[in-house]
Amino acid sequence: MQKRFVYADNAATSPLSKEAFDAMKPWLTEKWGNPSSIYSAARDARKAVEMARADIADSIGAKPEEIYFTSGGTEADNWAIKSSAKAFGKKGRHLITSAIEHHAVSSSMESLTSEGFEITVLPVDKYGMVSPADLEKAIRPDTIFISIMLANNEIGTIQPIEELAEIAKKHNIPFHTDAVQAVGHIPVNVDELKVDMLSMSSHKFGGPQGVGALYIRKGVRIPPLMHGGGHERGRRSGTENVAGVCGMAAALKHAVEIMPEANAHLKHISDRLFDKLLQIPYTQATGHPEKRLPGTVSVVFNYIEGESIILLLDSKGISASSGSACTSGSLDPSHVLLAIGLPHEVAHGSVRLSLGKDITEEDADYIAESLTEVVDRLRTMSPLWKG
Amino acid sequence: MMYSDKVLDHFQNPRNVGEIEDANAVGLVGNAKCGDIMQMFMKIEDDKIVDVKFKTFGCGAAVATSSMATELVLGKTIDEALQLTNRAVMEALDGLPPVKVHCSVLAEQAIRAAISDYYKRQGIDPEPIVGKIEEVDHDHEIACD
Repeated sequence: MQKRFVYADNAATSPLSKEAFDAMKPWLTEKWGNPSSIYSAARDARKAVEMARADIADSIGAKPEEIYFTSGGTEADNWAIKSSAKAFGKKGRHLITSAIEHHAVSSSMESLTSEGFEITVLPVDKYGMVSPADLEKAIRPDTIFISIMLANNEIGTIQPIEELAEIAKKHNIPFHTDAVQAVGHIPVNVDELKVDMLSMSSHKFGGPQGVGALYIRKGVRIPPLMHGGGHERGRRSGTENVAGVCGMAAALKHAVEIMPEANAHLKHISDRLFDKLLQIPYTQATGHPEKRLPGTVSVVFNYIEGESIILLLDSKGISASSGSACTSGSLDPSHVLLAIGLPHEVAHGSVRLSLGKDITEEDADYIAESLTEVVDRLRTMSPLWKG
Repeated sequence: MMYSDKVLDHFQNPRNVGEIEDANAVGLVGNAKCGDIMQMFMKIEDDKIVDVKFKTFGCGAAVATSSMATELVLGKTIDEALQLTNRAVMEALDGLPPVKVHCSVLAEQAIRAAISDYYKRQGIDPEPIVGKIEEVDHDHEIACD
């Protein structure tokens, strides 16, 4: 087995696409105008920002004026949640979220508890699915905001957002979805999803890091998180990241164009990889068997620990990640894996491979062979393994 | 989080991995719920650790500290082995990231647990010599710290 380099951590960050780089380059070299200034160089920058906004809006079925650029997915989530609490806090003090959110959502929610807000965290089933019936039951007269993610970053499960948002709509409660792992990977349309707010992050779909956006449906009014010079029509101050938003727009446009072909390929490779990995004894797949991101292959191996697996994979040229405690800096494994009902000791042995569109069958086979070897090696030295 | 080259070396090429069939001292510390368990096997003759092996379930630092601990006690007397501190294990590995310090504590405890077992097998109460060893508890909920 010849060593090769396989990057399988696209859910952490994806390589910058050529399309994104080409769109960014002029704004990093010969053009540098501040879009808010009035001379011609600045007007070019303004045009570029507005074209990027229109392209991004088009990619998710929104209007350009509903797209607000941010520094990334985390800011978009923080803004949607904290500012909604501020805007609707007079109507009630109750918010609803799910047990498998990204920390940008769950920690933002948690920060509100010190201001007298109450948070209901909806459970998920063993596939990581939120039940619409549970949401319906959790809604109270004082519920003012709901945030449930579209696709999960660890196990790839895709939520029935249309159904969940429909329930919120019926009760006239604003609904936000963290779509950071979904945009650019699966078809996303804000009208079909019926969401009021949606967060996205450029570097998850081949754009640069440090830029993202919050979609805010027209008519939904939340105050700014960032105050300053009144950029983004007064709702998000800070000089626009011109190169960043141009790269983001180009990357998203390209990702949407190639999506049907890329996803068919990713599905084929993921199935192949799952088949091989599940041949390893005491191994199980996590996430929903069908309603899942096509490039996410998430598994748990019993009797061994995830960080060790990741380090040994790295020595074989493979970049992947784990939800084990040791990779999170705490001693508890990922809240997502615990929420789907895995015992702590099993959750410690998790591996997530998030594949990129350029992955080949040979890469997948190399990952499978390497993992088989690594798992065997770690089990041999594990006191829990009695094989 | 960055591991030193020494930690990575001991993780990728761990020394003294395995079991000793005729071990006369075996210690098991840690908890699977918290993500690390270390098992230490020793062969003690005339007060001296003539052989030592380990098995570890855990992260890179857990494996590396186990490996280093076995190197540091091999050929030593029981008294010398009991002098081994987690700090010495860390220093020998050129340091550990702060969140991994507990792994070196576990390695020190694994050595003590094995020696404790050695005394128990001879009907000697180990506590006055070795100190108190936390027993591995598989049946009760425990808090990881």
